[in-house]
Amino acid sequence: MTPDLIYGLTGIAVFAIGLVGALCAQDRLRRVLALKLCSVGAGFLLVVGAWRTPPMAPDPVPHALVITGIVVMVSATAVALALIRRLQTLESSDDDD
Amino acid sequence: MTDAPLLPLFILLTSLLVSPVLFALPEHAARLRTGINLGMATLKVALVAWLSLKVAQGVVYDLRFEMLPGLEFKLQADPLALLFIALSALLWLITTVYSVGYLERGPHRARFFGFFSLCVAATVGIAMAGNLFTFLIFYELLTLATYPLVIHRGNAESLRAGRIYLIYTLAGGLVLLLGTLALWVLAGTTDFVPGGVLDSVAAERPLAAQLLFVVLIGAVGVKAALVPFHAWLPIAMVAPAPVSALLHAVAVVKAGAFGIMRVVYEVFGIETAQALGMTAPLAALAGVTIIYGSLRAITQDDIKKRLAYSTVSQVSYITLGVALASPIAAVGALAHLIHQGLMKITMFMAAGNLAEGLGVKKVSQMDGVGRVMPGTMLAFTLAALAMIGLPPLAGFVSKWYLAQGGLDAGATWVIALLLGSSLLNALYFLPMLHRAWFRDSAEGAEMPGRPRIGWMLAAPPITTALLVLVAGGFANAPFSPLEWTRFVVAIEYQE
Amino acid sequence: MMTIDPVTLAIFLPLFGAVAAFVAPRAAALIGLGTLALTAAAVGLLARDVIATGAVIVPLGGWGAPLGIELRADGLSVAMLVLSVAVGFLVSLSALDALKGPANARQRQYFWPLWLLLLTGMNGVYLSSDIFNLYVMIEIIALAAVGLTVLTGTRAAVRAGLDYMYASILGALLFLMGVGFIYLQLGRLDFAGLMDAEPTGALFAAVALMLVGLALKTALFPLHFWLPAAHANATAPASALLSGLVVKAALYIVLRLSQYMPFPSESLLTLIGVMGAGAVIWGGIQALRAERLKLLVAWSTVTQIGLIFVAFARAGEAGLTESWKAAALLILAHGVAKAAMFLAVGRIKDEVGHDTIRDLDRAPVRPTLAQFTFALAAISLIGLPPSLGFIGKWSLMEGAMAAGYWHWIAVTMIGTLMSVAYFSRVFAGFLRFDRVRGTVAEHQGWAVADAAPLALAAMAIALGLMAAPILNFIEIGYPFGEAK
Repeated sequence: MTPDLIYGLTGIAVFAIGLVGALCAQDRLRRVLALKLCSVGAGFLLVVGAWRTPPMAPDPVPHALVITGIVVMVSATAVALALIRRLQTLESSDDDD
Repeated sequence: MTDAPLLPLFILLTSLLVSPVLFALPEHAARLRTGINLGMATLKVALVAWLSLKVAQGVVYDLRFEMLPGLEFKLQADPLALLFIALSALLWLITTVYSVGYLERGPHRARFFGFFSLCVAATVGIAMAGNLFTFLIFYELLTLATYPLVIHRGNAESLRAGRIYLIYTLAGGLVLLLGTLALWVLAGTTDFVPGGVLDSVAAERPLAAQLLFVVLIGAVGVKAALVPFHAWLPIAMVAPAPVSALLHAVAVVKAGAFGIMRVVYEVFGIETAQALGMTAPLAALAGVTIIYGSLRAITQDDIKKRLAYSTVSQVSYITLGVALASPIAAVGALAHLIHQGLMKITMFMAAGNLAEGLGVKKVSQMDGVGRVMPGTMLAFTLAALAMIGLPPLAGFVSKWYLAQGGLDAGATWVIALLLGSSLLNALYFLPMLHRAWFRDSAEGAEMPGRPRIGWMLAAPPITTALLVLVAGGFANAPFSPLEWTRFVVAIEYQE
Repeated sequence: MMTIDPVTLAIFLPLFGAVAAFVAPRAAALIGLGTLALTAAAVGLLARDVIATGAVIVPLGGWGAPLGIELRADGLSVAMLVLSVAVGFLVSLSALDALKGPANARQRQYFWPLWLLLLTGMNGVYLSSDIFNLYVMIEIIALAAVGLTVLTGTRAAVRAGLDYMYASILGALLFLMGVGFIYLQLGRLDFAGLMDAEPTGALFAAVALMLVGLALKTALFPLHFWLPAAHANATAPASALLSGLVVKAALYIVLRLSQYMPFPSESLLTLIGVMGAGAVIWGGIQALRAERLKLLVAWSTVTQIGLIFVAFARAGEAGLTESWKAAALLILAHGVAKAAMFLAVGRIKDEVGHDTIRDLDRAPVRPTLAQFTFALAAISLIGLPPSLGFIGKWSLMEGAMAAGYWHWIAVTMIGTLMSVAYFSRVFAGFLRFDRVRGTVAEHQGWAVADAAPLALAAMAIALGLMAAPILNFIEIGYPFGEAK
């Protein structure tokens, strides 16, 4: 078993765990976290892709992709969290009525 | 070469373009609306007359527009098309007058006349369609344009009827779409060509060709009210009288009958259809429909329903004449396209007058109406006698040729069928005439002294009744329906 | 040195517009319409270039493929750009009316920046030529689209928006995972690189992942759960944008993949078709049962997306290149017609005061023109001639028949019948009058607010007559390799 395969499989496993969480989680926050996990898994996979060609000159393209992916995911998470807060406010004000 | 190559397009546009204008007119602009309606209807009749002259001189019209690669929107003005256009243009004018009178104070007039125009445009389009694809487009347009007319009254009953109408006709349209696609895939063309486009397909894949025949005839058979696809027609009788008149005399059922002609003569070609063994079953189906419609008509008390079942029966004369595969029968079929139109529209307008003027909607209420509304009932009587086939009225001419055609085709059963049908016609029409003329109005039933219907209601049925007389009596005059019919049949049978 | 060319402008104009509209909320509407006009001009120039010289390729920032970002415009891209700009412009006009008044100030403030951001993302998708760029763009679209969904701020809308958000992120991540797999396999991400790829099992897995992600984003049955609520609870112009345009971006990516990726498996195609068929039937049943008009229209979107996937289902089949064109026509037709329909529904709801279908016939006010618009849009969605929807359906069925795929024809016909059934529920409400007490007020005049939806609906019908030129146009630059 080569290291890149191990890394690759780990990435897939992390993604899969996130996927299961995103599909099964009831709690809204938990679901967001699961989605984050998915993105980490996908990022992992891309990084492995950069590394896989010997001799040791990592391909810069996947690194750029991963960084872009992280930025995108951060903003998506922010929006999701904002929506969750908003929904909580709306629901608690409904409960008061 | 033609000096006015766009003439067919103009004829189409006289009603197609006027429709959005009518929609946009405010409800209260009645005079303007009537002016536009009658002006355009008159213009259309004039244009059709001009076109007929040109076509009789041998001018060929052919307008094409590519919609998909290889697939064209195509308008043509062959003599068969003209037969139908002339009928619809003339009857549109007359029905417009009648509708203006009928709906004088009713609601939603803008909508009514808008869709009415669209209906006529669709009918003209069906007539002039140069291929099955174009035919399909207008066939669907006709469905869409008639639906709001059927449910014009806007109550629960009419909406229910409208739904049934829509289910039947749109399902028919969908099957037609399927058939058109199959034709396109099989033959590589959907053009209407005298003699047909399927002889090689029929030789190589007879089963596919037979299936296609069934699909296409089934699809247009819905509008032609062939048994077992006829049930929508009596139900659609909830529509206002002018709509019923238009639907049953010109637009919908004739579009179906016309479609049968196009499919048999110009998609398959009569010889191919015969070789496939499809004409005999079609003739039998037409025969069944003729008898079935008449039998059902006898038991109807509602005047419009009785007329509707009579239509089911009478329209199949056309199908019968086509399916007999004899040129003489074809003459009868085509002539009946016109004659039945004239007769049936007369009767529906008369029925509308009875309902409007006297509130009479059932056969059992018709006692003595002849004396109260003599003009209307005279027209009705003339049309009814013509339907039965009394010489020299129009219906006799069609039946005569159909019978001759039956003999010509070696199908002697047609004689019996026609005799039986005429007997049944008499059975359901004569009691109506008897009640109207020879019975006193029933006790207790209040007959208003003079029914107040305007000339716009009174004149149209009388006019069409006179046309029935003329079409029969002068059947051999030039430009009479019968003469034109012979011209058409010579083309379709490639003589 | 960055050169100014219409391709770049089509992406960056809306982006700058979005920023400007956010910074200056008072002038947002003006900025929005101005930006749209300028973008439309850029798209017009681009269309001219594409017609004149074929596909246009612009390396962004001077770096070319496979390393840098390359933008590419061919006939299909430009057709999609025209769709988003033209439909977007008319929806914007209608938004001017729908969002007027002090009560909507907050919605107005956010509508324009979000919508311009959305346009940036969509135009980006249509001009991308590598799959990672596509990933970034669909994320931008997702963020903007969720923002539009929750614009009204009601609890139902926020809840629907959150579900939409989850589905969108998950879909994008699945797509990203597929992108990662492809990179592992091939070491490149641009379309040109994908075209020559050997179809292997790993590539199949990658494509499958991407397709699942996109299916989630386009709400393909059974991954459609988020769509009806999201589209039905948004404000009318937002619904029109979401249903008419947003789902089209993901559909477009599927279309591109079907054009350029070696489809490794016939069974994957069949699976897509089966899912599409499921959407057609399940969406139809739900539309028949829907109580609210907006919900019915949203379910109709589910069925239409299913139909488009049925068109994909025979892509890749030898000799049937026409299938992607059928899908493209259906995408264009649905974009125009569904936008018109949602706007018309918004107008009806405004005039009548509610959108409960069974009570439409009790309404003493009948917004005739909006109802007429609804009917015209329905004609195109049902697929009756001569609308563009009809032409699309014809192309779909023609190809299916030529290939002997009778089951797909059956699905299409069932879908058509069902659409007639659920739309006629609405017509019955429009045209029934005996349940109203007193006189019915019919709008016979022209309301300005009806103009934009009516124009869209008329386009949906009239474009059918222009199908031949449209088909010629979207063929420009196809297949991919010949572009220069």
